[in-house]
Amino acid sequence: MSGAGKSQNQPAAAPTPKSDKIPLFVERQTYRRRRLVDGARALPVLGLVLWLVPLLWAVPESKTHASSGLIYIFVVWIGLPLVAGILIQIMKIRPRVPRNDEGET
Amino acid sequence: MTTLNALAAISILYVLFLFAVAFFAERASRRGRANWLRAPIVYTLSLSIYCTAWTFYGAVGSAARNGFEYLTIYLGPSLVLIGWWWVLRKLVRIGRVQRITSIADLISSRYGKSNLLGVGVTLLAVIGTTPYIALQLQSVTLSVEVFSQASGGEQEQTTAFWVAVGLAVFTVIFGTRNLDANERHHGVVMAIAVEAIVKLAALMAVGIFVVWGISGGVSETLERIDASSLGHWEVNGGRWAGLMFLSAAAFLCLPRMFQVMVVENDNDQQLRMAAWAFPLYLMLMSLFIVPIAVVGLDVLPAGSNPDLFVLTVPLEYGQNALALLSFLGGFSSATSMVIVAAIALSTMVSNHIVMPIWLRVNENVVSVSGDVRNVVLLSRRLSIGGVLALGYLYYAQSGGGAALSEIGLVAFMGIAQVLPAMLGGIFWRGATRFGALAGLTVGFSIWVYTLYLPSFGAAILPESFFDGGPFGLIWLHPQALFGISGIDPLLHTMIWSLTFNAVAFFVASLSSFPSPLERLQGAQFVNIQQGTGGARSWSQGSAEAEDLMVMAQRILGSADAQRLFLREARRQGSDTHLPAPTAEFLQILERELSGSVGAATAHAMVGQIVGGMSISVEDLMAVADETAQMMEYSATLEAQSQELSRTAAQLRAANDKLTRLSVQKDAFLSQISHELRTPMTSIRAFSEILRDGDGITAEEQSKYASIIHDEAIRLTRLLDDLLDLSVLENGQVSLNLGEGMLSDVLDRAEAAALAHDDKRGLQIKRDRESEQVWLNTDTERLSQVFINLISNARKYCDAESPALAIVVTKGEALTVDFIDNGSGVAPEAQDVIFEKFARVSDQKAGGAGLGLAISRQIVTRLGGEISYLSGQSGAAFRVILPLEKALAAQ
Amino acid sequence: MAGHVLVIEDEPNIIEAISFILSREGWHVATHSNGEDAAEIVRSRAPDVLILDVMLPGRSGYDILRELRGDAATENLPVLMLTARGQSKDREMAERAGASRFMTKPFSNAEVLEAVRALAPA
Repeated sequence: MSGAGKSQNQPAAAPTPKSDKIPLFVERQTYRRRRLVDGARALPVLGLVLWLVPLLWAVPESKTHASSGLIYIFVVWIGLPLVAGILIQIMKIRPRVPRNDEGET
Repeated sequence: MTTLNALAAISILYVLFLFAVAFFAERASRRGRANWLRAPIVYTLSLSIYCTAWTFYGAVGSAARNGFEYLTIYLGPSLVLIGWWWVLRKLVRIGRVQRITSIADLISSRYGKSNLLGVGVTLLAVIGTTPYIALQLQSVTLSVEVFSQASGGEQEQTTAFWVAVGLAVFTVIFGTRNLDANERHHGVVMAIAVEAIVKLAALMAVGIFVVWGISGGVSETLERIDASSLGHWEVNGGRWAGLMFLSAAAFLCLPRMFQVMVVENDNDQQLRMAAWAFPLYLMLMSLFIVPIAVVGLDVLPAGSNPDLFVLTVPLEYGQNALALLSFLGGFSSATSMVIVAAIALSTMVSNHIVMPIWLRVNENVVSVSGDVRNVVLLSRRLSIGGVLALGYLYYAQSGGGAALSEIGLVAFMGIAQVLPAMLGGIFWRGATRFGALAGLTVGFSIWVYTLYLPSFGAAILPESFFDGGPFGLIWLHPQALFGISGIDPLLHTMIWSLTFNAVAFFVASLSSFPSPLERLQGAQFVNIQQGTGGARSWSQGSAEAEDLMVMAQRILGSADAQRLFLREARRQGSDTHLPAPTAEFLQILERELSGSVGAATAHAMVGQIVGGMSISVEDLMAVADETAQMMEYSATLEAQSQELSRTAAQLRAANDKLTRLSVQKDAFLSQISHELRTPMTSIRAFSEILRDGDGITAEEQSKYASIIHDEAIRLTRLLDDLLDLSVLENGQVSLNLGEGMLSDVLDRAEAAALAHDDKRGLQIKRDRESEQVWLNTDTERLSQVFINLISNARKYCDAESPALAIVVTKGEALTVDFIDNGSGVAPEAQDVIFEKFARVSDQKAGGAGLGLAISRQIVTRLGGEISYLSGQSGAAFRVILPLEKALAAQ
Repeated sequence: MAGHVLVIEDEPNIIEAISFILSREGWHVATHSNGEDAAEIVRSRAPDVLILDVMLPGRSGYDILRELRGDAATENLPVLMLTARGQSKDREMAERAGASRFMTKPFSNAEVLEAVRALAPA
């Protein structure tokens, strides 16, 4: 009995959606955590899309300035790791999520 | 101008400094103060070996030549890290749980510990990495050349040669120090982290100088960029996306990246920091590339090598110190890459090529002779030397002509061929060994044909191939397969090689059937997050713990091996130094060994000792959830069924034995309890009666006191027997050797044994004539044995008028037989009567059942043996004493 | 309370001790020291309380008890079992065989007396 209880509390045993052992509906904290993981998963996809945007500028005659191109790339490059870092921090401390965060993700 | 000698001196000082860092880090980890060495920041910085001299010098060159394309090489890995939750997390966990030592080991391990795959990936890695090492040597040479301003060919080769030698020495010293399963190189990783800081600092210093020192500020720099030839955003869309993908793939597959990212990884914490911090590191490395390139193109004479702008721009402005820092940055980039690549490659070469061959050659001597540990270390060291020698030769042969970044991309493309097998292996249980082999072979061949060989120019592929295709087959044109031309050669290779690779991998996987071991490994790799994971397990076979110990000592070193064995023995609850060779223990051992010699080799070595069982019951059990599928392949199974039933029989036997042992242990404890409690009951009851005292006659009082006395003596005797037996069993007894006549010993024994023979009167028949034998033995102990045998006859002989014949025979040895006229010992009891507490029947006979056990111990100590003689008229015991100690009377 | 107690036990000293203790308190004590014919002895003597050892020559105490419990005459006979093996599984076996009380050797005299008194039909 106690063993089963333990494994449920373990954060490491968390979400692979494939596994059928994971209950469908979970309490608020676990729910939050899963959405954080969703965020962590979505982030590289967002990054890829953002970094493929320069392909659209490559149309001849449109002549995007190199400086604005570089600024765009590097702003994304600072933003993505920071968001990733923040997500990881939140996941680590497993906070009690305040009510006004509800609408996010 | 800095002279060449000063440069050499500074480089050597810098290298010595790195030696010191590595040395102290290694020492700290040895003393167990390695916590800071495992800090996530150190791990993050160590990932910077991705940024080699190719980044440090080549990125500026690439920007000057091709514009913004260079960014993709760093954007790809940034995405991989930001998406750590997808691939890296899983990869790193698999690496830790399965004790993976290299990318080749990962692939080999996943696909049923296939050595063929290990060899394939190793060759691929060596071929892909050698030009890269050449590239690093070349960059150091070129940068030295900038300072010397002299371009003697002789000079170049010498520099490259000594750099290669120096790196080989460093790598051998810090890369092959320890050889345990937790194969982590704290010294090397620490040195690399320091170099990571140096190269970042150097590149940023040059960048800051260029932006604020030369251009006059950020906005001025941006204006300058827009005004330059790089002023407009122009990228080749295909290459932009393709290179991003390629660099992401290479980041996962490069042997050196795998080494620092997976093999050196200690915990998830490290990855969590690297996930956001390393993209920022890459961002900082890339930040000043364009400004430096623009300024370099602007101020340096046309035709200057843009690969060296990082050095030549500061020199142009007379900033010698800055140029020197920049040189050290480039030097750091080159050396750290070479060191880690050499470690990674040498591990692969040693584990997947040298050791299997060595084992094959020495097939039957592994557990007997030869020091495997030394062989492993030696083969690693030689491999390091070999890898660097190859790099140097490649450099010397190629003459260092091609633009730096093209070689890098060719190498990336080669190693990216591992990607389908790797990702397929960790995400798809259906991936098979055959699929991996097919995919790798196809991808590798296309890469060699369309990119690698053409990169040598006309030296290898004849010119005609590039005109009308080989043998006039235009559709086999190396850079326009199937007649589809006009694609960038790199993209051309990428599309065709990876497509065919993935398709071959997929189709071959679908159409082949994996072995049980592969399926087991596949399940463990794919489901790593859920289960604890563990390599394929051994059935409880006939492995000899001692043989395993001998082998483990040779590989892990005796101290580590003994520690491991002791720990496991303790965990099993055994009080000896050798754990029982249970399936679990064999699996742990195999995992430890695989850290040193690779999974397939470790499996083969344990297999040699355990008896070479290739498929165990447990393996099949683990995949039995897919029984339905297995039925279709009953033909395959049939071939294995014989082996299986043998294994099953062994398992059953082992299980029976364990059960018997456990029952015996229980029975022993229960017996001791009974034997101690019975006399204690009488003692307690009568002492309470005496204590309460009322209504007891004096006669009763004395009777009860003597009962207490007798029972106390019985207890004492039992304890004496137990102690005697435990002393004898532990071999701590010292024999009191002396001369004695056999007849005297028998006389004494008879007298003692029959002293309390009250009612039945055992009659003893002896032949005194034959007993006239001088013995040189411990007569006290011997008579103890005889007393026991005679008392047994007295207690257990069930004849009307019991009689015991003692027959002495002198042959090759002296035999003394004790034969009574009772009904003897039942056949099923004959082999247990010498066990502790074994009584011939349930009848109480006043003894604790230890007599024969003690007798056997004593006789064994005296160099003889005692046995039950079946087929006599009654119970018959034979004591055999060795002749050396039995001298005939003169 | 002059009840009859039958002691089946093979260790003579223990028989002597138990007999002494019980007869001092007025019980009539009979003894027997063999397992094989123990069940018949119990039936013929029909004691009020039976004290039964587990390890007996010829037949185990559990066996004897099981036979007694299967017999209508001795089905409800109060039986105090004695054993010198102090393991919990022995207690379980005794309970399963149908022992009314179970006692591990060595016991105190007062315990035995108390047990016999409690078991004896009023």
